[in-house]
Amino acid sequence: MMNFIFRRLLAMLLTIWVIATLTFILMHAIPGSPFNSHNGKQLNETVQKNMEMHYNLDKPLPIQYLIYMKSVATFNYGPSIKHPNDTVNSLISDGFPVSFELGMITLIVAIISGLILGVLAALKANHFIDYVAMTIAVLGISIPNFVLASLLIQEFSVNLGWLPPSMWTSWKSEVLPTIALATGPMAIIARLIRTSMIEVLTQDYIRTARSKGLSPFLIVMKHALKNALLPVITLLGTLAAGILTGTFVIEKIFAIPGMGKYFVDSINSRDYPVIMGTTVFYSSILIVLLFIVDMAYGWLDPRIKLHKKEVS
Amino acid sequence: MSAMRIDEVPSTNEIKDEWFKKRNVENSDVEDITRPSLSYWKGAWYRLLQNKLAMFGLIFIILLAIMAILGPVMSKYSVSYQSLQEQNLSPSMKHWFGTDDLGRDVFTRTWYGARISLTVGLLAALVDLFIGVIYGGISGYKGGTVDSVLMRIIEILYGLPYLLVVILMMVVMGPGLFTVIVALTITGWTGMARIVRGQVLQLKNYEFVLASRSFGSPTLRIVKKDLIPNTIGQIIVQMTLTVPSAIFAEAFLSFLGLGIQAPFASWGTMANDSLSAILTGYWWQLFFPAFFISMTMFAFNVLGDGLQHALDPKLRR
Amino acid sequence: MEPLLEVKQLHIQFQAHGGTVKAVRGIDFTIGKGETLAIVGESGCGKSVSSLAIMGLIDHPGKITNGSIIFKGKDLTRLTSKEMRKVQGIDISMVFQDPMTALNPTLTIESQLIEGLIHQKKMSKRVAKKEAIKVLEWVGISNPHERLKQYPHQLSGGMRQRIVIAMALICEPDLLIADEPTTALDVTIQAQILDLFESIQKRTGISIVIITHDLGVVAKMADRIAVMYAGRIVEMGSKRQVFYHSEHPYTRALLNSVVRLDQTSHSLKPIEGSPPDLFSPPKGCAFVDRCPFAMEVCGRVQPQKSRLREGHQIECWLQDTRAVAVRKEMLASQL
Repeated sequence: MMNFIFRRLLAMLLTIWVIATLTFILMHAIPGSPFNSHNGKQLNETVQKNMEMHYNLDKPLPIQYLIYMKSVATFNYGPSIKHPNDTVNSLISDGFPVSFELGMITLIVAIISGLILGVLAALKANHFIDYVAMTIAVLGISIPNFVLASLLIQEFSVNLGWLPPSMWTSWKSEVLPTIALATGPMAIIARLIRTSMIEVLTQDYIRTARSKGLSPFLIVMKHALKNALLPVITLLGTLAAGILTGTFVIEKIFAIPGMGKYFVDSINSRDYPVIMGTTVFYSSILIVLLFIVDMAYGWLDPRIKLHKKEVS
Repeated sequence: MSAMRIDEVPSTNEIKDEWFKKRNVENSDVEDITRPSLSYWKGAWYRLLQNKLAMFGLIFIILLAIMAILGPVMSKYSVSYQSLQEQNLSPSMKHWFGTDDLGRDVFTRTWYGARISLTVGLLAALVDLFIGVIYGGISGYKGGTVDSVLMRIIEILYGLPYLLVVILMMVVMGPGLFTVIVALTITGWTGMARIVRGQVLQLKNYEFVLASRSFGSPTLRIVKKDLIPNTIGQIIVQMTLTVPSAIFAEAFLSFLGLGIQAPFASWGTMANDSLSAILTGYWWQLFFPAFFISMTMFAFNVLGDGLQHALDPKLRR
Repeated sequence: MEPLLEVKQLHIQFQAHGGTVKAVRGIDFTIGKGETLAIVGESGCGKSVSSLAIMGLIDHPGKITNGSIIFKGKDLTRLTSKEMRKVQGIDISMVFQDPMTALNPTLTIESQLIEGLIHQKKMSKRVAKKEAIKVLEWVGISNPHERLKQYPHQLSGGMRQRIVIAMALICEPDLLIADEPTTALDVTIQAQILDLFESIQKRTGISIVIITHDLGVVAKMADRIAVMYAGRIVEMGSKRQVFYHSEHPYTRALLNSVVRLDQTSHSLKPIEGSPPDLFSPPKGCAFVDRCPFAMEVCGRVQPQKSRLREGHQIECWLQDTRAVAVRKEMLASQL
């Protein structure tokens, strides 16, 4: 087991390294310097040189790479180019807690509602409830989150005036962004749970459980749900990635001061250290999440654990 | 079955004595299959036709494709035509879908957006087909070291948050349709590769494939005769479901200002431009792009679901 | 003696795409206390469906359309699913064919073993665990304490089947239904499991319905035998009567298709053809197309039950007085 964890950890570090290197190569493949202009004004050559020196851009590429790698390894991504008073770290510590909160609430809401919807649909397969649940689900994956966000603002903020259309200050302001972001993942989870639940319910061990006279509720909760959850667990990484990128647009639409805003701004303003820093930071979070998901899988399915044990 | 059974059942006292003789062997017909057995593809098509939602999706997609081709041609306005006198007009006979804040015709721009979305979706599906199927096929068929190396690569690609990569590509290559397509090409096919590999691995061990291998059929022939026909259903489904996610990716990027650039129109840019319309009340500026992107994704999703159900390998006998 | 279970005119149908499959078409049988009844037949003859019906496990698209299942004076077909749950596991329990899939892979043996006691008999976990250990020892599992903590995949097939049997016995039911309990096991394990059933029966006096297509199992276990074909019981009698005095061409063909060590010169004869399509079951005898002694009447009219001797009944037109000549021919033949 320890060996398995160790190997996964190693693979994790490798992936982060690949991403960091890829980001570095991509950023340096862009022709021209980011200091050609500043606030629309052409900078003179001395200023440009000084700036490049400050950001180590005058050094040969391999040295730049090493400096960059060091910054990645120490989680110190250096200063921002466009906001000289801010470091990438300060932007992250500024925006990330908000984005993280939004993402986490969304994930929890999506999982719980997806679970309920999916289980209901599976238990009432091919009945009215199933059709309603699955229509909601297919609409959920079909309506892009930014479209849904606009519709929600239109209806609940402008027309009804129930909830604020922007910011991240009170629980009321968190409702619309969360719904807008959670609907897609919820729909995916609901569909997946339905399929795997229906599959699991035809298994022999469910028949065994029924032959013991257990109540349908107990059979679903104890015997079926855990097995039906397995495919969802594998999908969690992808879902989290989707939610994470989703925060970019949602933060933009609702003017939420999260990290997505900085990221999109940094792309538009070519703020390379910020782009590189946030990319590596985000990727690392996702990869750690995938790692946790793997562990959870081993915990949920005892067969996996044993298999890995035998291998190691 | 036997011809005798066609007769009415006689009541007990009608049973005749001469029936108690051993039947002639020639008398009993050879048993044949009584139910008509549809071929797999015919059956699949039949099942698809039965699925109203999927048929709705298919018809919507066909109509959308026609309008994407004809719409911009039908309109007297071009995509980038601006008229300061005609800003924010509501839908009318002159401008069927109204105009936007720059006085551009929303009708024309909507169908132009359909072109972009369908192109992106189609290309993504083709990438899925070529790169994904070949990659997954090789991985599954060769097995061993080749398989594990190819799968490690996929795992790393899979670990990359896909929209993040696309965004980075935008930064490097500059925004635009071409970049969107390249970026989707790099990341979009891993799901297909996994599915095909899984299918091939499974099929490889089936008796009929083992049998043709033991008869010394060359690899290509086995791939063509056995593997492809048996995997094609899953491939079609996956391709159909790739389309909406590609359409979403393009709209998402364009919405963030990283995709299609003005003056060209994409549903994503149109939605972005008209965000303020929520407050101003020019609902049509947001409604048409939002409606069509949602409906298009819905249509492809329900069609994909329908195909999945219709082509279910479990129904294959 | 009052029978423990009495099945009367049971009809079961399945709604399928192409129409209705009439899987069980009017069967009658009884089981006395401490008795073992074997139901034999080819796959698809309705024997498993019948056993699921007794267990109350027929669900959509299947349906019991007619008949009754009287257990201890109650008609099980009339119980609500809630009432039926009080019977399942407690009065009647079941052992399934494949021990590899019959156990939940994600739950420990303990939690699967004791859940019946906890939820049905409202025992405390501690008492239930003691009970579980006792039953595991009974079914011949060593280190029961250890086993309780394990997961199904950590055990061998034979061991898993013992667990499944333990699970079926833990609430001390009166009737055990075993659906092909040895088919999925190695031959050496098969004999052990059959021995286990016998010792259990001796100890508890439990009644057993064993569903099988394996005549070896029947020979070892059964007191009485019911032969099913295309949803009907075509012959029923004591083991002796059916094995040595069968007069049904299908039973005789079935016995003939088995390797027998006592008849070295005997040539093995498979039954030619296949059972009829139960979408549209035949009007007459279902075996007519495969029967070497088929008469015209067989194809036209369903034969009625006739009593051959005490406890031995059969559904075949050859028993009709008018068919004397053909019957003689059959009895004289190798079949």
